[in-house]
Amino acid sequence: MDLFEYQAKQLFKAHGVPVGLGETADTPAEARAAAERIGGVTVVKAQVKVGGRGKAGGVKVAKTPDDAEAAATAILGMDIKGHTVHRVLVDPGAQIETEYYFSFLLDRSNRTFLAMASAEGGMEIEELAVERPEALARIPIDATVGVDKAKATEILTQANFPPEVIDSTSDTVVQLWETFVEQDATLVEINPLARVASGEVIALDGKVSLDENADFRQAGNADLEDKSAADPLEAKAKEKHLNYVKLEGEVGIIGNGAGLVMSTLDVVAYAGEKHGGVKPANFLDIGGGASAEVMANGLDIILGDPSVKSVFVNVFGGITSCDAVANGIVAALGMLGDSATKPLVVRLDGNNVEEGRRILSEAAHPLVTLADTMDAAADKAAELAHSAA
Amino acid sequence: MAIFLTENSKVIVQGMTGSEGMKHTRRMLASGTQIVGGVNPRKAGESVDVDGTDVPVFGSVADAMDKTGADVSVLFVPPAFTKAAMLEAIDAEIGLAVVITEGVPVHDSTFAWAYNVSKGNKTRIIGPNCPGLISPGKSNAGIIPANITGPGRIGLVSKSGTLTYQMMYELRDLGFSSAVGIGGDPVIGTTHIDCLRAFQDDPETDAIVMIGEIGGDAEERAAAFIKDNVTKPVVGYVAGFTAPEGKTMGHAGAIVSGSSGTAQAKQEALEAAGVKVGKTPSETARLMRSLIS
Repeated sequence: MDLFEYQAKQLFKAHGVPVGLGETADTPAEARAAAERIGGVTVVKAQVKVGGRGKAGGVKVAKTPDDAEAAATAILGMDIKGHTVHRVLVDPGAQIETEYYFSFLLDRSNRTFLAMASAEGGMEIEELAVERPEALARIPIDATVGVDKAKATEILTQANFPPEVIDSTSDTVVQLWETFVEQDATLVEINPLARVASGEVIALDGKVSLDENADFRQAGNADLEDKSAADPLEAKAKEKHLNYVKLEGEVGIIGNGAGLVMSTLDVVAYAGEKHGGVKPANFLDIGGGASAEVMANGLDIILGDPSVKSVFVNVFGGITSCDAVANGIVAALGMLGDSATKPLVVRLDGNNVEEGRRILSEAAHPLVTLADTMDAAADKAAELAHSAA
Repeated sequence: MAIFLTENSKVIVQGMTGSEGMKHTRRMLASGTQIVGGVNPRKAGESVDVDGTDVPVFGSVADAMDKTGADVSVLFVPPAFTKAAMLEAIDAEIGLAVVITEGVPVHDSTFAWAYNVSKGNKTRIIGPNCPGLISPGKSNAGIIPANITGPGRIGLVSKSGTLTYQMMYELRDLGFSSAVGIGGDPVIGTTHIDCLRAFQDDPETDAIVMIGEIGGDAEERAAAFIKDNVTKPVVGYVAGFTAPEGKTMGHAGAIVSGSSGTAQAKQEALEAAGVKVGKTPSETARLMRSLIS
């Protein structure tokens, strides 16, 4: 889960990381009021979970509350790379003397945590990494050891931070590490980490990604979720504990196991090339236990998507047996009754497949077609979606 | 011989007395695995009747190893307790720890990996979030169904559980030396490369199927490894060609960010290393057949 800048900076602040942090505003009037309270020059910043907002015009300096209101008027509602701006952050203006870069992140390739730091901040870190790789220090962090002041000093020295800021900044680095660990983050990034006129080094921006697997021990994560941005079908699926992602296509997909479902999307997309270019409408992994209830919930979500014209149920019975899945499908169609209106192509293989196929054949539901292989089923589902479109 | 797991492997189950642990202990026993004990500190000294087999419960991994000579542990422990269970297995220096648990925080798996490295890498970790591994006809450590296919001379390594089953099914007439589900999490203990190296060295394996999916660069690294080190025929499959950027597809690791980690990039890297890559699981199976016939 990626956080907004203001959420990231709130977390930093809670862990003692010095930040330049003002107030959020959802309307131009709120932005004006915030600027009045903060006083002096402010910066009005679009809150979107995508980079490059400065270039897109989503960050404006405001000398007066009038300016802040005007800036918020311009920025709110703006589209930045497909993300609509619903909120701005009004920050106190800062007299920046030097900009640095600092982050902790998960380096999955090397199965370790990594500190990245540079005395040349401000630019996009991806650009810096390509254009001046020598200016970006990358230091692996042993998860069993962590980061203390000495380690922080070592990182900052290696990144060529000026000696006079290293002592105070090393405290910030330790606090940032604590943020990273205590929040179960996979990324904490400050860009820029700025030395301001007072000599202080503070976070003027913040980026944080949190690990959703840790939600069980991170009670605050639920409040950080951006519920307004979620697709309504995705939100509904989440309530039912279904692993669903909405896509832009016509063939609804239900399968078991993330890899098999991803593979199903591909196979349907290939089959669609022969049938008017129809594409998969969603990713839905119902996991191991394909009970009638889970199947009904899944079908309900998929049939609630108006762009879906046909549904492909692709199950390999590993632990789950196919007869349970078949019974699930039959019961689900019974539960859904008249609201089930779109054709279903079902492919079952694996554990107890004969019994599963027998159950579906005997039920002879008018919407259900059985297919022998994944490829044949994908072809049939694509054909049905195309002819219904 | 198979890789990592043989008929001589003595297997214990951490979390055996839980419902998942018990269900799969029963299945592993039924498929011929030598299950020599379970671990649960609250039930130490007791034993559990599993379909007529009396399985003793020990208070710790170390105690179980001491009393039974166990060299493999399979972990069915809830996510909140998985890190502690992994550290216990590592401390006991068991040879192989297979972590089935889904939903382990990545800070925990990264910590466990670093801990294992700091202890001299005595324990091979497979997973977390994986189906485990099977050497058909010999032993089964995890949740891979034993009835899909039998022993043969193909080695399989896959990030995905159900695609492992699908591929075993596609090639069920040929059979497998070992099939290893390494798991779809961002940080895992055993990689494609570890398995490729072991299959290359395994006299009972003639050819290798490698299944990857979007996210990370493990497949690209595997491709480079194959080019330099693997002389046996390898076919590949990558899931997620049509996955959109920035969306997590079930596996925590299956997310494409920017141009890195795309299925296309992985396919190209594998093909550049001489690996034939199928567009679908069934085409991948056909490629394997054409290579070994």
